[in-house]
Amino acid sequence: MQDQQQYQMQQAPVTDKDPGMRSLDAICINESRLRHKWYHNFKYLAVGMLFGVILVKAEVVSWFRIQEMFRLQSFHMYGIIGSAVITGMLSVWLIKKFNVKTIYGEPVKLSSKTFNKGQIYGGLIFGLGWAMTGACPGPLFAQIGTGGGVVVVTLLSAVAGTWVYGWLRRKLPH
Amino acid sequence: MIELIKHPWPWYVAGPLIGLTIPVLLLAGNKSFGISSSLRHICASCVPGKIPFFQYDWRKEAWNLFFVLGIFLGGTMALYLLSVPHSMEVHPELVRELAGYGIAGTEHPVPGALISWSSLFTLRGFIVMVGGGFLVGFGARYAGGCTSGHAIMGLSNRQWPSLMATIFFMAGGFIMANLILPFILKL
Repeated sequence: MQDQQQYQMQQAPVTDKDPGMRSLDAICINESRLRHKWYHNFKYLAVGMLFGVILVKAEVVSWFRIQEMFRLQSFHMYGIIGSAVITGMLSVWLIKKFNVKTIYGEPVKLSSKTFNKGQIYGGLIFGLGWAMTGACPGPLFAQIGTGGGVVVVTLLSAVAGTWVYGWLRRKLPH
Repeated sequence: MIELIKHPWPWYVAGPLIGLTIPVLLLAGNKSFGISSSLRHICASCVPGKIPFFQYDWRKEAWNLFFVLGIFLGGTMALYLLSVPHSMEVHPELVRELAGYGIAGTEHPVPGALISWSSLFTLRGFIVMVGGGFLVGFGARYAGGCTSGHAIMGLSNRQWPSLMATIFFMAGGFIMANLILPFILKL
């Protein structure tokens, strides 16, 4: 066990040359300093599967539910996002308050976000796409099994959009 | 029990379960919940080019790829094994509006008249699937996260930049659904 869990000094990942940009590079950051064997990742596969089941069963993957949300015709999506945020907030608060450790005994680390104009421009662009596809990235993955698999095209297009952002990034206002 | 699972779940069951994903990922290994970063890891692992934004050790973030693979598997499983065939109850006004665009039937999560292989080769289908997907990927990365990373994880950690992002996600959605999409669906 010990050799799997040896601590390594975390080196700041060299992703870009401008300082301060790392924080807005990836919001789902791996804060762990531990190095594990690759198969430890299977627990995230399991969590992902449960998450995918919830998205489908709660009809979050439904194009119709997203259309209703943006037309104020249904409370469903607001209820889901609202109660998810309340549960998440409570969990984060409890973890901080009682200094709960991870299953590997590491202290839980949360990074804070810095504001930049990308959250405005990018947010608007994302919203436009969300109302068209009826899916944000999570449901996109869960939706692939529906509609004859054509959602793969939407997903690949989202990958292309991410790539083009990376390519144009220096020229965009942040 | 299994019968109960097969019916659609109400928001007050699904919402808290989605929220619980946050502590589960944090306690399982200090992972901050977020999904759109997986798209970046796919770029970094497959087509990094010479773009600095994609030059990083994506293997260290491999957990995120396992997570989204799980979402795909779980979603597919739920569709085929954990569901009973039914028509979704959709607001009558929306049903009427969509019927005007030739979109009928709510037995699938996505409308077949709009999101399907045959629709991909029509103008409106192409705009919605390829154009919409592109905006989702581009916008999520530009904003530094999507609904999961900003609206759920960011707000749970009380980050005001995430609140800004969430407000603009919603603004973009309202603009598209009410002002632009009707013209696209008429094509």
